[in-house]
Amino acid sequence: MSKMIEISGLNKNYSGKKVIDGLDLEIDHGELFGFLGPNGAGKTTAIRILTTLTKPSSGRVLINGIDVAREPASVKSEFGIVQQHLSLNRDLTISENLQLHARLHHLSKKERNQRIADLLDYVELSDHADYLIDDVSGGMKRRAMIARALIHRPKLLFLDEPTVGLDAQTRRKVWDLIRRMNVEGTTVFLTTHYIEEAEALCQRVGVLHHGRIIAIGSPLSLREKLGMIAVEMNLNGNGTEYKYFPDRVQAAQFIEGLPGTERVVMRESNLEDVFIELTGQKVLGGVT
Amino acid sequence: MIDAYSILWADLVALKRRGPRYLITTLVSPILYLVAFGWGLGRGINLNGTSYLEFVIPGIIALTAMTTSFNGAGTRLNVDRLYFKSFDECLMAPIGLTSLLMGKALIGVVRGLMSSVAFLIVALLISPHIHIGPQFLLGLLLTCLTFAFLGVLAALLARSHEDMAVFGSLILMPMTFLGGTFFSLSQVPVGLKYALYILPLTHSSLFLRAAALDQPLPWGSFLILLAFLMAFLVGGMMTLKKISI
Ligand SMILES: Nc1ncnc2c1ncn2[C@@H]1O[C@H](COP(=O)(O)OP(=O)(O)OP(=O)(O)O)[C@@H](O)[C@H]1O
Ligand SMILES: [Mg+2]
Repeated sequence: MSKMIEISGLNKNYSGKKVIDGLDLEIDHGELFGFLGPNGAGKTTAIRILTTLTKPSSGRVLINGIDVAREPASVKSEFGIVQQHLSLNRDLTISENLQLHARLHHLSKKERNQRIADLLDYVELSDHADYLIDDVSGGMKRRAMIARALIHRPKLLFLDEPTVGLDAQTRRKVWDLIRRMNVEGTTVFLTTHYIEEAEALCQRVGVLHHGRIIAIGSPLSLREKLGMIAVEMNLNGNGTEYKYFPDRVQAAQFIEGLPGTERVVMRESNLEDVFIELTGQKVLGGVT
Repeated sequence: MIDAYSILWADLVALKRRGPRYLITTLVSPILYLVAFGWGLGRGINLNGTSYLEFVIPGIIALTAMTTSFNGAGTRLNVDRLYFKSFDECLMAPIGLTSLLMGKALIGVVRGLMSSVAFLIVALLISPHIHIGPQFLLGLLLTCLTFAFLGVLAALLARSHEDMAVFGSLILMPMTFLGGTFFSLSQVPVGLKYALYILPLTHSSLFLRAAALDQPLPWGSFLILLAFLMAFLVGGMMTLKKISI
Protein backbone atom coordinates (compact mmCIF):
# COMPACT_ATOMS: atom_id res chain seq x y z
CA MET A 1 0.00 0.00 0.00
CA SER A 2 1.25 3.45 -0.82
CA LYS A 3 2.13 6.00 1.83
CA MET A 4 -0.15 8.84 2.81
CA ILE A 5 2.56 11.36 2.01
CA GLU A 6 5.69 10.84 -0.05
CA ILE A 7 8.05 13.76 -0.49
CA SER A 8 11.22 13.38 -2.49
CA GLY A 9 13.93 15.87 -3.27
CA LEU A 10 11.75 18.85 -2.43
CA ASN A 11 13.29 22.31 -2.80
CA LYS A 12 11.88 25.78 -2.52
CA ASN A 13 13.84 28.97 -3.09
CA TYR A 14 12.64 32.44 -2.40
CA SER A 15 14.77 34.90 -4.34
CA GLY A 16 17.81 32.66 -4.17
CA LYS A 17 17.35 31.74 -0.51
CA LYS A 18 16.82 28.05 0.16
CA VAL A 19 13.75 27.72 2.36
CA ILE A 20 13.18 24.00 1.76
CA ASP A 21 16.42 22.21 1.09
CA GLY A 22 16.22 18.74 -0.38
CA LEU A 23 13.42 17.41 1.76
CA ASP A 24 12.67 13.68 1.71
CA LEU A 25 9.91 12.35 3.89
CA GLU A 26 7.36 9.55 4.03
CA ILE A 27 4.33 9.43 6.25
CA ASP A 28 2.21 6.34 6.76
CA HIS A 29 -1.53 6.10 6.77
CA GLY A 30 -2.87 6.76 10.25
CA GLU A 31 0.29 8.37 11.55
CA LEU A 32 0.40 11.40 13.82
CA PHE A 33 3.49 13.18 12.61
CA GLY A 34 4.95 16.48 13.73
CA PHE A 35 7.34 18.94 12.21
CA LEU A 36 9.27 20.64 14.94
CA GLY A 37 11.34 23.68 14.14
CA PRO A 38 12.11 27.25 15.08
CA ASN A 39 10.64 30.33 13.39
CA GLY A 40 11.55 30.43 9.76
CA ALA A 41 12.58 26.76 9.57
CA GLY A 42 10.28 26.26 6.60
CA LYS A 43 7.39 24.44 8.28
CA THR A 44 4.65 26.57 6.78
CA THR A 45 6.31 26.62 3.39
CA ALA A 46 6.41 22.82 3.41
CA ILE A 47 2.73 22.63 4.29
CA ARG A 48 1.80 25.20 1.65
CA ILE A 49 3.55 23.10 -0.96
CA LEU A 50 1.79 19.95 0.22
CA THR A 51 -1.58 21.68 0.05
CA THR A 52 -1.17 23.16 -3.46
CA LEU A 53 -0.83 26.77 -2.32
CA THR A 54 2.82 27.17 -3.25
CA LYS A 55 4.73 25.78 -6.18
CA PRO A 56 7.94 23.97 -5.26
CA SER A 57 11.13 24.92 -7.08
CA SER A 58 11.82 21.23 -7.64
CA GLY A 59 10.98 17.83 -6.23
CA ARG A 60 7.92 15.67 -6.04
CA VAL A 61 5.05 15.29 -3.62
CA LEU A 62 2.52 12.48 -3.61
CA ILE A 63 -0.51 12.57 -1.38
CA ASN A 64 -2.28 9.25 -1.09
CA GLY A 65 -0.51 8.31 -4.30
CA ILE A 66 -1.65 11.41 -6.20
CA ASP A 67 0.94 13.78 -7.62
CA VAL A 68 0.25 17.24 -6.20
CA ALA A 69 1.82 19.13 -9.09
CA ARG A 70 0.12 17.07 -11.80
CA GLU A 71 -3.33 16.62 -10.33
CA PRO A 72 -3.90 19.46 -7.89
CA ALA A 73 -7.64 19.25 -8.47
CA SER A 74 -8.00 15.67 -7.25
CA VAL A 75 -5.52 16.09 -4.42
CA LYS A 76 -7.64 18.88 -2.97
CA SER A 77 -10.39 16.59 -1.75
CA GLU A 78 -7.91 14.33 0.03
CA PHE A 79 -6.83 16.69 2.77
CA GLY A 80 -8.13 19.20 5.23
CA ILE A 81 -6.04 22.01 6.58
CA VAL A 82 -5.91 24.40 9.49
CA GLN A 83 -3.57 27.18 8.50
CA GLN A 84 -1.23 28.96 10.85
CA HIS A 85 -2.93 32.30 10.40
CA LEU A 86 -6.65 32.87 10.68
CA SER A 87 -8.26 32.15 7.34
CA LEU A 88 -11.93 32.36 8.18
CA ASN A 89 -14.20 34.61 6.19
CA ARG A 90 -14.87 37.37 8.67
CA ASP A 91 -18.02 38.56 6.93
CA LEU A 92 -19.64 35.28 7.84
CA THR A 93 -20.68 33.52 11.03
CA ILE A 94 -19.00 30.34 12.20
CA SER A 95 -21.72 28.14 10.76
CA GLU A 96 -21.80 30.08 7.48
CA ASN A 97 -18.07 29.54 7.16
CA LEU A 98 -18.64 25.82 7.54
CA GLN A 99 -21.55 26.01 5.07
CA LEU A 100 -19.33 27.58 2.44
CA HIS A 101 -16.67 24.95 2.89
CA ALA A 102 -19.24 22.15 2.74
CA ARG A 103 -20.71 23.59 -0.45
CA LEU A 104 -17.30 23.85 -2.06
CA HIS A 105 -16.74 20.21 -1.18
CA HIS A 106 -20.05 19.25 -2.77
CA LEU A 107 -21.88 17.90 0.24
CA SER A 108 -25.62 17.59 -0.29
CA LYS A 109 -27.81 19.97 1.62
CA LYS A 110 -28.97 17.35 4.09
CA GLU A 111 -25.48 16.02 4.62
CA ARG A 112 -24.20 19.56 5.07
CA ASN A 113 -26.50 20.52 7.86
CA GLN A 114 -26.04 17.25 9.70
CA ARG A 115 -22.27 17.36 9.38
CA ILE A 116 -22.04 20.97 10.51
CA ALA A 117 -24.20 20.31 13.55
CA ASP A 118 -22.08 17.27 14.45
CA LEU A 119 -18.79 19.07 14.02
CA LEU A 120 -19.83 22.14 15.96
CA ASP A 121 -20.77 19.78 18.72
CA TYR A 122 -17.44 17.96 18.36
CA VAL A 123 -15.42 21.17 18.81
CA GLU A 124 -17.88 22.51 21.39
CA LEU A 125 -19.04 25.50 19.40
CA SER A 126 -22.73 24.70 19.05
CA ASP A 127 -23.65 27.67 21.21
CA HIS A 128 -21.63 30.02 19.04
CA ALA A 129 -22.68 28.78 15.62
CA ASP A 130 -24.31 32.06 14.68
CA TYR A 131 -21.62 34.38 15.98
CA LEU A 132 -19.63 36.42 13.54
CA ILE A 133 -15.95 35.49 13.48
CA ASP A 134 -14.85 38.78 15.00
CA ASP A 135 -17.16 38.22 17.95
CA VAL A 136 -15.59 35.01 19.27
CA SER A 137 -12.33 34.32 21.10
CA GLY A 138 -9.10 33.16 19.50
CA GLY A 139 -9.53 29.64 20.79
CA MET A 140 -13.01 29.45 19.29
CA LYS A 141 -11.71 30.67 15.94
CA ARG A 142 -9.06 27.96 15.99
CA ARG A 143 -11.63 25.30 16.80
CA ALA A 144 -13.92 26.66 14.07
CA MET A 145 -11.03 26.25 11.66
CA ILE A 146 -10.52 22.68 12.81
CA ALA A 147 -14.22 21.95 12.34
CA ARG A 148 -14.10 23.48 8.89
CA ALA A 149 -11.10 21.40 7.91
CA LEU A 150 -12.95 18.21 8.89
CA ILE A 151 -16.21 18.79 7.03
CA HIS A 152 -15.44 16.68 4.00
CA ARG A 153 -14.03 13.85 6.15
CA PRO A 154 -10.47 14.16 4.87
CA LYS A 155 -8.17 11.19 5.40
CA LEU A 156 -5.29 13.57 5.96
CA LEU A 157 -5.30 16.63 8.14
CA PHE A 158 -2.66 19.36 8.14
CA LEU A 159 -2.42 21.49 11.26
CA ASP A 160 0.01 24.39 11.06
CA GLU A 161 0.71 25.39 14.65
CA PRO A 162 -2.77 24.45 15.81
CA THR A 163 -2.35 25.77 19.36
CA VAL A 164 -0.48 29.00 18.83
CA GLY A 165 -1.84 31.71 21.09
CA LEU A 166 -4.18 29.44 23.02
CA ASP A 167 -4.38 29.31 26.80
CA ALA A 168 -3.21 26.14 28.55
CA GLN A 169 -6.71 24.80 29.01
CA THR A 170 -7.82 25.34 25.44
CA ARG A 171 -4.56 23.89 24.21
CA ARG A 172 -5.23 20.67 26.12
CA LYS A 173 -8.69 20.54 24.56
CA VAL A 174 -7.26 20.92 21.09
CA TRP A 175 -4.69 18.22 21.86
CA ASP A 176 -7.47 15.87 22.90
CA LEU A 177 -9.30 16.69 19.73
CA ILE A 178 -6.24 15.95 17.61
CA ARG A 179 -5.64 12.62 19.37
CA ARG A 180 -9.27 11.68 18.94
CA MET A 181 -9.24 12.45 15.23
CA ASN A 182 -6.11 10.38 14.85
CA VAL A 183 -7.58 7.46 16.77
CA GLU A 184 -10.60 7.65 14.49
CA GLY A 185 -8.34 7.06 11.52
CA THR A 186 -7.22 10.48 10.28
CA THR A 187 -3.57 10.88 9.40
CA VAL A 188 -2.35 14.05 11.08
CA PHE A 189 0.57 16.18 9.97
CA LEU A 190 1.16 19.04 12.35
CA THR A 191 3.83 21.64 12.82
CA THR A 192 4.75 23.21 16.07
CA HIS A 193 7.53 25.02 17.78
CA TYR A 194 6.30 23.89 21.15
CA ILE A 195 8.52 21.03 22.22
CA GLU A 196 6.01 19.73 24.71
CA GLU A 197 3.34 19.67 22.03
CA ALA A 198 5.43 17.48 19.78
CA GLU A 199 6.33 15.30 22.74
CA ALA A 200 2.76 14.98 23.95
CA LEU A 201 1.12 14.30 20.61
CA CYS A 202 3.39 12.90 17.96
CA GLN A 203 4.30 9.32 17.31
CA ARG A 204 7.11 10.57 15.13
CA VAL A 205 8.80 13.94 15.01
CA GLY A 206 10.92 15.46 12.28
CA VAL A 207 13.18 18.26 13.42
CA LEU A 208 13.28 20.85 10.68
CA HIS A 209 16.09 23.36 10.56
CA HIS A 210 16.89 25.68 7.66
CA GLY A 211 14.58 23.64 5.45
CA ARG A 212 16.27 20.34 6.23
CA ILE A 213 15.26 17.45 8.46
CA ILE A 214 18.15 17.11 10.87
CA ALA A 215 16.63 14.33 12.95
CA ILE A 216 13.60 12.13 12.72
CA GLY A 217 12.07 9.48 14.95
CA SER A 218 9.81 8.98 17.93
CA PRO A 219 10.34 11.50 20.73
CA LEU A 220 11.68 8.65 22.83
CA SER A 221 14.13 7.40 20.22
CA LEU A 222 15.44 10.92 19.69
CA ARG A 223 16.04 11.25 23.41
CA GLU A 224 17.67 7.84 23.56
CA LYS A 225 20.09 8.84 20.87
CA LEU A 226 21.11 11.85 22.90
CA GLY A 227 20.94 10.19 26.31
CA MET A 228 17.94 9.82 28.59
CA ILE A 229 19.54 11.69 31.46
CA ALA A 230 20.72 15.28 31.28
CA VAL A 231 23.16 16.95 33.63
CA GLU A 232 23.01 20.72 33.78
CA MET A 233 26.06 22.48 35.16
CA ASN A 234 25.51 26.06 36.12
CA LEU A 235 28.90 27.75 35.85
CA ASN A 236 28.16 30.54 38.32
CA GLY A 237 27.06 33.14 35.87
CA ASN A 238 29.18 31.88 32.98
CA GLY A 239 26.27 30.11 31.33
CA THR A 240 25.09 26.54 31.55
CA GLU A 241 26.71 23.43 30.17
CA TYR A 242 24.83 20.24 29.37
CA LYS A 243 26.00 16.64 29.32
CA TYR A 244 23.88 13.63 28.42
CA PHE A 245 24.06 10.09 29.69
CA PRO A 246 22.23 6.85 28.92
CA ASP A 247 21.31 6.33 32.59
CA ARG A 248 21.48 7.84 36.08
CA VAL A 249 24.40 5.70 37.22
CA GLN A 250 26.74 7.08 34.57
CA ALA A 251 25.44 10.57 35.16
CA ALA A 252 26.11 10.25 38.90
CA GLN A 253 29.65 9.02 38.26
CA PHE A 254 30.28 12.04 36.09
CA ILE A 255 28.98 14.42 38.74
CA GLU A 256 31.23 12.84 41.41
CA GLY A 257 34.23 13.54 39.23
CA LEU A 258 33.47 17.26 39.08
CA PRO A 259 35.46 19.78 41.13
CA GLY A 260 32.24 20.79 42.89
CA THR A 261 32.34 24.51 42.27
CA GLU A 262 29.31 24.51 40.04
CA ARG A 263 25.63 23.96 40.77
CA VAL A 264 24.56 20.72 39.19
CA VAL A 265 21.09 19.45 38.25
CA MET A 266 20.37 15.92 37.10
CA ARG A 267 17.09 15.38 35.23
CA GLU A 268 15.47 13.45 32.42
CA SER A 269 16.34 14.74 29.00
CA ASN A 270 13.61 16.06 26.71
CA LEU A 271 13.05 16.97 23.10
CA GLU A 272 14.27 20.46 23.76
CA ASP A 273 17.68 19.09 24.69
CA VAL A 274 17.68 17.13 21.46
CA PHE A 275 16.81 20.23 19.58
CA ILE A 276 19.46 22.39 21.17
CA GLU A 277 22.16 19.79 20.70
CA LEU A 278 21.23 19.43 17.06
CA THR A 279 20.89 23.05 16.15
CA GLY A 280 22.77 24.95 18.80
CA GLN A 281 19.65 27.02 19.00
CA LYS A 282 16.80 27.16 21.43
CA VAL A 283 13.31 26.73 20.04
CA LEU A 284 11.45 29.90 20.71
CA GLY A 285 8.17 29.46 22.42
CA GLY A 286 5.39 31.99 22.30
CA VAL A 287 3.68 33.86 19.56
CA THR A 288 5.06 34.01 16.05
CA MET B 1 -21.31 26.40 -12.25
CA ILE B 2 -22.71 25.21 -8.96
CA ASP B 3 -19.28 26.00 -7.53
CA ALA B 4 -19.42 29.56 -8.85
CA TYR B 5 -22.75 29.87 -7.11
CA SER B 6 -21.28 28.56 -3.84
CA ILE B 7 -18.65 31.29 -3.96
CA LEU B 8 -21.29 33.87 -4.80
CA TRP B 9 -23.52 32.52 -2.04
CA ALA B 10 -21.02 33.46 0.65
CA ASP B 11 -20.65 36.97 -0.73
CA LEU B 12 -24.42 37.34 -0.96
CA VAL B 13 -24.81 36.35 2.67
CA ALA B 14 -22.33 39.04 3.60
CA LEU B 15 -24.06 41.57 1.37
CA LYS B 16 -27.45 40.74 2.83
CA ARG B 17 -26.06 41.42 6.28
CA ARG B 18 -25.03 44.91 5.16
CA GLY B 19 -28.23 45.34 3.14
CA PRO B 20 -29.73 48.82 3.37
CA ARG B 21 -26.51 50.35 4.61
CA TYR B 22 -24.81 49.23 1.42
CA LEU B 23 -27.53 50.73 -0.77
CA ILE B 24 -27.39 54.06 0.96
CA THR B 25 -23.62 54.45 0.83
CA THR B 26 -23.54 53.39 -2.78
CA LEU B 27 -26.09 56.03 -3.73
CA VAL B 28 -24.18 58.91 -2.24
CA SER B 29 -21.66 59.61 -4.97
CA PRO B 30 -23.94 59.26 -8.01
CA ILE B 31 -26.44 61.60 -6.40
CA LEU B 32 -23.68 64.07 -5.65
CA TYR B 33 -22.56 63.92 -9.28
CA LEU B 34 -26.14 64.41 -10.35
CA VAL B 35 -26.57 67.45 -8.16
CA ALA B 36 -23.19 68.99 -8.97
CA PHE B 37 -23.13 68.41 -12.71
CA GLY B 38 -26.75 67.87 -13.65
CA TRP B 39 -28.27 70.70 -11.70
CA GLY B 40 -25.41 72.87 -10.60
CA LEU B 41 -23.19 73.08 -13.63
CA GLY B 42 -25.39 71.96 -16.45
CA ARG B 43 -28.67 73.72 -15.76
CA GLY B 44 -29.81 75.42 -18.89
CA ILE B 45 -27.28 73.69 -21.15
CA ASN B 46 -28.93 72.03 -24.07
CA LEU B 47 -27.23 69.36 -26.19
CA ASN B 48 -28.84 68.68 -29.56
CA GLY B 49 -32.30 69.00 -28.13
CA THR B 50 -31.81 67.04 -24.91
CA SER B 51 -31.38 68.71 -21.57
CA TYR B 52 -27.99 68.25 -19.92
CA LEU B 53 -29.70 66.41 -17.09
CA GLU B 54 -31.04 63.77 -19.45
CA PHE B 55 -27.65 63.65 -21.09
CA VAL B 56 -25.69 63.15 -17.92
CA ILE B 57 -27.88 60.55 -16.17
CA PRO B 58 -26.92 57.61 -18.40
CA GLY B 59 -23.29 58.65 -17.99
CA ILE B 60 -23.60 58.59 -14.22
CA ILE B 61 -25.27 55.20 -14.43
CA ALA B 62 -22.39 53.84 -16.49
CA LEU B 63 -20.00 55.35 -14.00
CA THR B 64 -21.87 53.91 -11.03
CA ALA B 65 -21.99 50.50 -12.66
CA MET B 66 -18.25 50.70 -13.26
CA THR B 67 -17.22 51.72 -9.76
CA THR B 68 -19.55 49.45 -7.84
CA SER B 69 -18.85 46.40 -10.00
CA PHE B 70 -15.13 46.97 -9.86
CA ASN B 71 -15.07 47.52 -6.13
CA GLY B 72 -17.76 44.95 -5.43
CA ALA B 73 -15.64 42.25 -6.99
CA GLY B 74 -12.13 43.66 -6.68
CA THR B 75 -12.02 45.20 -3.24
CA ARG B 76 -13.78 42.20 -1.74
CA LEU B 77 -11.36 39.80 -3.35
CA ASN B 78 -8.37 41.91 -2.40
CA VAL B 79 -9.43 41.82 1.24
CA ASP B 80 -10.22 38.10 1.09
CA ARG B 81 -6.91 37.34 -0.49
CA LEU B 82 -4.44 39.56 1.32
CA TYR B 83 -6.14 40.42 4.59
CA PHE B 84 -8.57 37.67 5.61
CA LYS B 85 -6.53 35.07 3.70
CA SER B 86 -9.77 33.22 3.20
CA PHE B 87 -9.14 33.13 -0.54
CA ASP B 88 -6.48 30.49 0.19
CA GLU B 89 -9.31 28.26 1.32
CA CYS B 90 -11.07 28.71 -2.01
CA LEU B 91 -7.83 27.87 -3.80
CA MET B 92 -7.58 24.64 -1.81
CA ALA B 93 -11.18 23.64 -2.49
CA PRO B 94 -11.77 21.01 -5.16
CA ILE B 95 -13.38 23.36 -7.66
CA GLY B 96 -12.36 24.53 -11.11
CA LEU B 97 -10.49 27.77 -11.52
CA THR B 98 -13.12 29.02 -13.98
CA SER B 99 -15.83 28.57 -11.37
CA LEU B 100 -13.69 30.35 -8.83
CA LEU B 101 -13.09 33.28 -11.17
CA MET B 102 -16.76 33.50 -12.13
CA GLY B 103 -17.91 33.24 -8.54
CA LYS B 104 -15.64 36.03 -7.45
CA ALA B 105 -16.76 38.27 -10.33
CA LEU B 106 -20.47 37.61 -9.87
CA ILE B 107 -20.71 39.47 -6.59
CA GLY B 108 -19.40 42.52 -8.45
CA VAL B 109 -22.13 42.14 -11.04
CA VAL B 110 -24.79 41.81 -8.35
CA ARG B 111 -23.54 44.86 -6.48
CA GLY B 112 -23.13 46.83 -9.71
CA LEU B 113 -26.67 46.07 -10.82
CA MET B 114 -28.10 46.84 -7.40
CA SER B 115 -26.43 50.23 -7.21
CA SER B 116 -27.16 51.28 -10.76
CA VAL B 117 -30.76 50.20 -10.56
CA ALA B 118 -31.18 52.02 -7.26
CA PHE B 119 -29.74 55.16 -8.80
CA LEU B 120 -31.83 54.64 -11.89
CA ILE B 121 -34.96 54.70 -9.76
CA VAL B 122 -33.87 57.99 -8.21
CA ALA B 123 -33.05 59.34 -11.67
CA LEU B 124 -36.43 58.30 -13.05
CA LEU B 125 -38.14 60.27 -10.31
CA ILE B 126 -36.23 63.34 -11.41
CA SER B 127 -36.30 62.85 -15.13
CA PRO B 128 -39.10 60.49 -16.21
CA HIS B 129 -38.30 60.85 -19.93
CA ILE B 130 -35.40 58.43 -19.79
CA HIS B 131 -36.11 55.40 -21.89
CA ILE B 132 -35.34 52.13 -20.14
CA GLY B 133 -35.71 49.17 -22.44
CA PRO B 134 -34.13 45.76 -22.78
CA GLN B 135 -31.19 47.25 -24.72
CA PHE B 136 -30.42 49.59 -21.87
CA LEU B 137 -30.48 46.73 -19.38
CA LEU B 138 -28.32 44.61 -21.67
CA GLY B 139 -25.76 47.40 -21.87
CA LEU B 140 -25.88 47.80 -18.12
CA LEU B 141 -25.32 44.09 -17.56
CA LEU B 142 -22.38 44.06 -19.95
CA THR B 143 -20.87 47.08 -18.21
CA CYS B 144 -21.18 45.38 -14.83
CA LEU B 145 -19.67 42.15 -16.12
CA THR B 146 -16.76 43.94 -17.77
CA PHE B 147 -15.77 45.96 -14.73
CA ALA B 148 -16.40 43.13 -12.28
CA PHE B 149 -13.87 41.03 -14.18
CA LEU B 150 -11.50 43.97 -14.32
CA GLY B 151 -11.85 44.21 -10.54
CA VAL B 152 -11.05 40.52 -10.12
CA LEU B 153 -8.05 40.87 -12.42
CA ALA B 154 -6.75 43.86 -10.48
CA ALA B 155 -7.23 42.08 -7.14
CA LEU B 156 -5.40 39.00 -8.38
CA LEU B 157 -2.50 41.11 -9.61
CA ALA B 158 -2.31 43.31 -6.52
CA ARG B 159 0.42 42.55 -4.04
CA SER B 160 -0.91 44.91 -1.41
CA HIS B 161 -3.88 47.03 -0.50
CA GLU B 162 -2.06 50.06 -1.86
CA ASP B 163 -1.83 48.43 -5.27
CA MET B 164 -5.60 48.36 -5.35
CA ALA B 165 -5.78 52.05 -4.47
CA VAL B 166 -3.18 52.88 -7.11
CA PHE B 167 -5.19 50.96 -9.67
CA GLY B 168 -8.26 52.90 -8.65
CA SER B 169 -6.68 56.29 -9.04
CA LEU B 170 -4.73 55.46 -12.19
CA ILE B 171 -7.43 53.64 -14.11
CA LEU B 172 -10.85 54.24 -12.61
CA MET B 173 -10.49 57.88 -11.67
CA PRO B 174 -9.55 59.11 -15.18
CA MET B 175 -12.35 57.04 -16.63
CA THR B 176 -14.80 58.55 -14.19
CA PHE B 177 -14.28 61.99 -15.62
CA LEU B 178 -13.14 61.27 -19.15
CA GLY B 179 -15.17 58.22 -20.14
CA GLY B 180 -17.86 60.19 -21.94
CA THR B 181 -19.76 60.49 -18.71
CA PHE B 182 -20.11 64.23 -18.24
CA PHE B 183 -19.49 65.61 -21.71
CA SER B 184 -20.14 64.64 -25.28
CA LEU B 185 -17.20 63.27 -27.23
CA SER B 186 -18.25 65.37 -30.19
CA GLN B 187 -17.17 68.43 -28.25
CA VAL B 188 -13.54 67.46 -27.71
CA PRO B 189 -10.59 67.78 -30.13
CA VAL B 190 -10.16 64.84 -32.47
CA GLY B 191 -6.89 63.59 -30.97
CA LEU B 192 -8.32 63.41 -27.48
CA LYS B 193 -11.47 61.88 -28.80
CA TYR B 194 -9.60 58.89 -30.18
CA ALA B 195 -7.64 58.58 -26.98
CA LEU B 196 -10.89 58.43 -25.06
CA TYR B 197 -12.14 55.62 -27.26
CA ILE B 198 -9.51 53.44 -25.62
CA LEU B 199 -11.38 53.61 -22.33
CA PRO B 200 -14.00 50.92 -21.85
CA LEU B 201 -16.21 53.29 -19.89
CA THR B 202 -16.50 55.54 -22.95
CA HIS B 203 -18.24 52.73 -24.77
CA SER B 204 -20.53 51.99 -21.84
CA SER B 205 -21.55 55.64 -21.70
CA LEU B 206 -22.11 55.83 -25.44
CA PHE B 207 -24.22 52.73 -25.49
CA LEU B 208 -26.23 53.46 -22.38
CA ARG B 209 -26.83 57.06 -23.41
CA ALA B 210 -28.04 56.11 -26.87
CA ALA B 211 -30.34 53.51 -25.33
CA ALA B 212 -31.67 55.89 -22.70
CA LEU B 213 -32.29 58.68 -25.19
CA ASP B 214 -33.83 56.26 -27.67
CA GLN B 215 -31.23 57.05 -30.32
CA PRO B 216 -29.65 54.60 -32.81
CA LEU B 217 -27.54 52.16 -30.82
CA PRO B 218 -23.75 52.13 -31.31
CA TRP B 219 -23.34 48.36 -31.58
CA GLY B 220 -19.66 48.90 -32.33
CA SER B 221 -19.25 50.14 -28.77
CA PHE B 222 -21.13 47.10 -27.54
CA LEU B 223 -18.71 44.80 -29.33
CA ILE B 224 -15.70 46.70 -28.05
CA LEU B 225 -17.03 46.38 -24.54
CA LEU B 226 -17.52 42.68 -25.13
CA ALA B 227 -13.91 42.46 -26.30
CA PHE B 228 -12.78 44.20 -23.11
CA LEU B 229 -14.80 41.70 -21.09
CA MET B 230 -13.12 38.79 -22.86
CA ALA B 231 -9.69 40.33 -22.35
CA PHE B 232 -10.27 40.85 -18.61
CA LEU B 233 -11.67 37.35 -18.30
CA VAL B 234 -8.71 35.75 -20.02
CA GLY B 235 -6.29 37.96 -18.10
CA GLY B 236 -7.97 36.95 -14.84
CA MET B 237 -7.82 33.29 -15.77
CA MET B 238 -4.13 33.49 -16.60
CA THR B 239 -3.31 35.30 -13.39
CA LEU B 240 -5.30 32.81 -11.35
CA LYS B 241 -3.46 29.94 -13.01
CA LYS B 242 -0.20 31.55 -12.05
CA ILE B 243 -1.27 32.08 -8.44
CA SER B 244 -2.58 28.59 -7.89
CA ILE B 245 -0.78 25.48 -9.02
N1 LIG C 1 6.25 34.30 0.08
C1 LIG C 1 7.51 34.36 0.55
N2 LIG C 1 8.43 35.14 -0.05
C2 LIG C 1 9.71 35.19 0.40
N3 LIG C 1 10.15 34.51 1.47
C3 LIG C 1 9.29 33.73 2.11
C4 LIG C 1 7.93 33.60 1.70
N4 LIG C 1 7.31 32.75 2.53
C5 LIG C 1 8.23 32.36 3.42
N5 LIG C 1 9.42 32.94 3.18
C6 LIG C 1 10.66 32.73 3.96
O1 LIG C 1 10.84 31.36 4.11
C7 LIG C 1 11.36 31.06 5.39
C8 LIG C 1 10.54 29.99 6.03
O2 LIG C 1 9.26 30.50 6.35
P1 LIG C 1 8.10 29.60 6.95
O3 LIG C 1 6.92 30.46 7.10
O4 LIG C 1 7.97 28.37 6.14
O5 LIG C 1 8.71 29.23 8.38
P2 LIG C 1 8.01 28.51 9.58
O6 LIG C 1 8.86 27.35 9.92
O7 LIG C 1 6.60 28.24 9.29
O8 LIG C 1 8.16 29.61 10.71
P3 LIG C 1 7.14 30.02 11.87
O9 LIG C 1 7.45 29.14 13.03
O10 LIG C 1 7.55 31.42 12.15
O11 LIG C 1 5.77 29.91 11.35
C9 LIG C 1 11.41 32.36 6.15
O12 LIG C 1 12.73 32.81 6.17
C10 LIG C 1 10.55 33.29 5.35
O13 LIG C 1 11.05 34.59 5.40
MG1 LIG D 1 4.85 28.79 10.05
